[in-house]
This record gives sequence, C-alpha cells and structure tokens, in this order.
Amino acid sequence: MERAADIHVRTLANLARIEITDAEARSLEKELPAIVAFVDDIQQAVASAPAAVPALRNVMRDDSSARACGEYTERLIAAAPASKDGYVKVKQVLSRNT
Amino acid sequence: MPSLPLTIAEARRALDAKEYSALQLAESYLAAIEERDGDVHAYLEVWAESAREEARRADEIIARGEQKPLTGIPIAVKDNILIEGRTASSASKILEHYRASYDATVIAKLKAQGAVFLGRTNMDEFALGGSTENSAFGPTHNPHDLSRVPGGTSGGSAAAVSAGLALAALGSDTGGSIRQPSAFCGVVGLKPTYGAVSRFGLMAAASSLDQIGSIARTVEDAKILFDAIAGHDTQDSTSLPAGTYSARKEKHVIGVPRAYLAEGVDADVQKEFETSLKQLADAGYEIKDVELPALRYALACYYIINPAEVSTNLARYDGIRYGLSVEAETIGETYTQTRAAGFGPETRRRVLVGTFVLSAGYADAYYRKARAVRELIRADFASAFETVDAIALPTSPIPAWKIGEKADPVAMYAADIFTVPVNLAGTPAISVPGGMVVRDGVSLPNGFQLIGAHGSEDVLCSIAQKAVRS
Repeated sequence: MERAADIHVRTLANLARIEITDAEARSLEKELPAIVAFVDDIQQAVASAPAAVPALRNVMRDDSSARACGEYTERLIAAAPASKDGYVKVKQVLSRNT
Repeated sequence: MPSLPLTIAEARRALDAKEYSALQLAESYLAAIEERDGDVHAYLEVWAESAREEARRADEIIARGEQKPLTGIPIAVKDNILIEGRTASSASKILEHYRASYDATVIAKLKAQGAVFLGRTNMDEFALGGSTENSAFGPTHNPHDLSRVPGGTSGGSAAAVSAGLALAALGSDTGGSIRQPSAFCGVVGLKPTYGAVSRFGLMAAASSLDQIGSIARTVEDAKILFDAIAGHDTQDSTSLPAGTYSARKEKHVIGVPRAYLAEGVDADVQKEFETSLKQLADAGYEIKDVELPALRYALACYYIINPAEVSTNLARYDGIRYGLSVEAETIGETYTQTRAAGFGPETRRRVLVGTFVLSAGYADAYYRKARAVRELIRADFASAFETVDAIALPTSPIPAWKIGEKADPVAMYAADIFTVPVNLAGTPAISVPGGMVVRDGVSLPNGFQLIGAHGSEDVLCSIAQKAVRS
C-alpha cells in the first residue's frame, strides 16, 4: 500500500544537524516534497529484498596497526579547527548536571 | 614549443623524441590557462610552481630513458581528489581551506609515473548536480559557448580538456558526472567498472556509485589514463582484485534500448544518435533492440540511493576535525551552524532528502525498495550483455543549457536519465563525440554513450573508437 509522504522539514534538519532559517524552511517545504514526488513511482515497482551482490565480499586485515604511532598526528591535528596538546578540542559533549 | 591542443599519445612521442621538454609542455599549458581560463573558469587553483618542478623531474626521468606512459604529461585534477599538502575543497565553503593529509591512490600512481598536476578543477559542490553551477566558487563556462554550462559535476575537468587547458583530466562519476560534461564539452569521458579504480582519497559522495575516471581528447588517451590509475587497492575494500571479471568474447553486436529512448530526447540529439549508430553498423556491428524494463525506475532508484548515501557520507563535515567551524555555544550548535554556513543549497537538499528516505517509517518504502529495484536493473543489464558487447544511448537527452536556465533541481535530475542506470549497475561506460547540435545559432557538442559489461573496458574502448564523430 502506498504511503503519502509526510515531510517535516524541521525534523529532518534536526536529524541532519543543519540549522535552517524560517525563510529556508519555507522554500524547503516546497522543494523537498517535489523531489520526493519525483522518486515516488519507486513504490510501483515490484521488487523484494536485494539479492547478494557477487562482486562484493568481506575484506579482512590483520588486527594490527599498519602505521607507526604518531605518524600522521601532527598533520591531522593541524587540520582541526581547534586543538590543544595534541588533542582535537571541542565544546563540552556530556553535561555534568545530574 | 609544442602547439596545443595535443593528445597524450602525441605528447609522449614528442617528449621521447626530445622535440620539446616536459617543462616546455607544462609551460605551454600554463600559458594557455593564463590566457583563457579567465573566461572558462575551469580551474579553482593552478599549481604553476609545483607543476614546473614535476616537469623538471619528468625531464630527468626521460633523460634516463625510464619514462612511463604518463611521464611529463600535464593533468588537471578534480577538486574532490586528494593530493597531500594541497587544498581540496569539493568546491564547498565547508572545505575551502582544507589541506589533504595524504595522496589519493590514483594520485600516488600518477606521481610514480612522473605525471604533472596543473591544478584542481571546478565541480558541483560535493559532486551533487549536473552543471557545475552548484560550485561554491562560481560556475565554469562551456568553451563552445561561454553562456552555457559545461555540464557537471566534473565540469571544470571537461572544460579544461576541451579548451586545451590540460592534456587530460581526472574526474569522478556518480550518476554521469564524467560522461555528461564530456558530452557537453565535446571530449571523451570514461567511467570505469565500479571497483576498477580505487576510491581511496576521493571524497565520497555516494560510496556504492562513485568512480574516478578519465577525461581526454581521444578514446586512446582516456584508456591510457585509465590504465595508469586502475588496479586493486588494499586501501579501498570495494576495489576489485585482478581477474574479478573474465575477458569476454566479442560478439560485434550493439544493443539499443529503444523503449527507454522513446520520449524526452531532443529531435536533433536523436538524429545524431542514429548517425553514430549507423557509423558503427558501417564498421560491421549488428545493431539490435534490447529490453531493459527496470530502467523506467532508474531515476527514482538513483535519486533515493544517492541522497541516502550522501547524507551519510557528508555527516563527517561537522566543524570538528577539519574544515569550516563556526564558533558556537554548544557542540550541537557547532554542528548545525557550521553545516548551515558551509553547505550550498543543493547539498542541503540532498542531505535532507537522504535523511528522509532513511528515516523510520519511510526507509522500507523508499531506501530498501530502491535497493531491491537496483538489483532488477543489474539483472536487466546482465541479461542484455549475454547477447551484446555494448549498449548504446545518447549521453544526454539535451545539449548544454544556459547558465541559470534550470532553476528547478528536479529538471536537472531528469536530464540524468541515460547516465544513472550505469552507476546503479556498476558497469563501465564511455561518452564520445557524436556530432553537433545547434542552439541559438551556436554549434554545441553532442555525446554518444556506450555501456559495457563489467570489466570490459578494453572492448568498450575499441568499439568507442569506431563510434567517434568529430
């Protein structure tokens, strides 16, 4: 049975971690349903769970480090917007309030 | 001094015969870029000094008689392929100043051959679009008509090769992004079999669809560049071990899915397509109809799977480890404000649609359904390749449109009709020049597309060479 898509732009923006202004929300409220309508006829297709794809297979590697410790540290930390003593610095993630 | 434009084959011959040096060759391209890229805007950044250095080293290799096919050859690189120490931004403000910390495997392979990297080329932001108009740094202009788009998302790379601003270029193709701009710019664009070329160091758009490929002036050149970058890579677990696909016996039959071509193609594009087919028939190929019934769902399938994978792959751009970071009160606001400031409108649309089709209550109807339909499309292609060597289609139903003309995103999605099925199936495909069409009194290139069975780049290129019409 087909399900009419109910698109809550603000909910999606929260899930996608993108802040949107009221003006942006209004134009997305027109654009997103139009895109979903464009793909909606997928619901007409008769197809069930995908079969295994022959060329895909699990690739394993040894449970060991391929690189010397610290080989890329300076380069990677240099790319971070904020860092301190070799750590990427971020705003507090966990609240101390109980 | 070499006279441009050249082919890789011709430059190789001349370099090895010492008719000019790799440095002179690089200087010729740098001068051409200086003179003409102001109008075309194929490049976001030109690496003149390092290109000269690479050319000098190439000359030393040639002097020792150790040259490889790509030694001293000046290449343009799409802005989503990493070169250690150089800026790579996927044409996005969120990565505007990002410097790569490692080489993509394709780059490492080209460095090992002593290739010369001229600069990074413009593209639609995060490889999302079909015209290079979604670049955060301004559009690229079609060298055949500067008021028109070069196509996308590898518009900069295709325009550079077309305008004689690079001997060849690397692009990436997720739903047509090498083939369609190559068609619009009148050059050759090859999208390899999925897994034939390593994606290590390619900024991921849709991981099950992306491939790096070659853009060049001739089929021979596109194949030379492909051969240089192809191969199994332990750093990309989706790359194919050698021998995954066995060589096929040529049947000398080309399949045309007439039902799929039935509507929406401009009349003169259709006429040019038939002319290219006739050229293949005259070259001894049987042309027959093939049925690919699941292709009627290809656009829907693609525009569900692509946004879904894109929404996942772009989650990493959050202002924490690299790129733009907006100063905010909380970590949550760091994410949401950074992404709001750094993503362009199409990127945002694609991420939100992807979030929707993966969300609870909709994932079954959209994403999982699309995954199942994808298998039907794969099966249709597999079945067709039992009796044909290649499948022919126009690369695009319409030629290059005017910059700004297609404001509606869905109109641009619809123009991908002949390219997306290929990425869904994972087969290789090539676009070659297929005549010209006229719009507003200006001659525009038209592309002819051939799609091959998995792993059949050799046969595909051999047929494509015979289809070229300049």
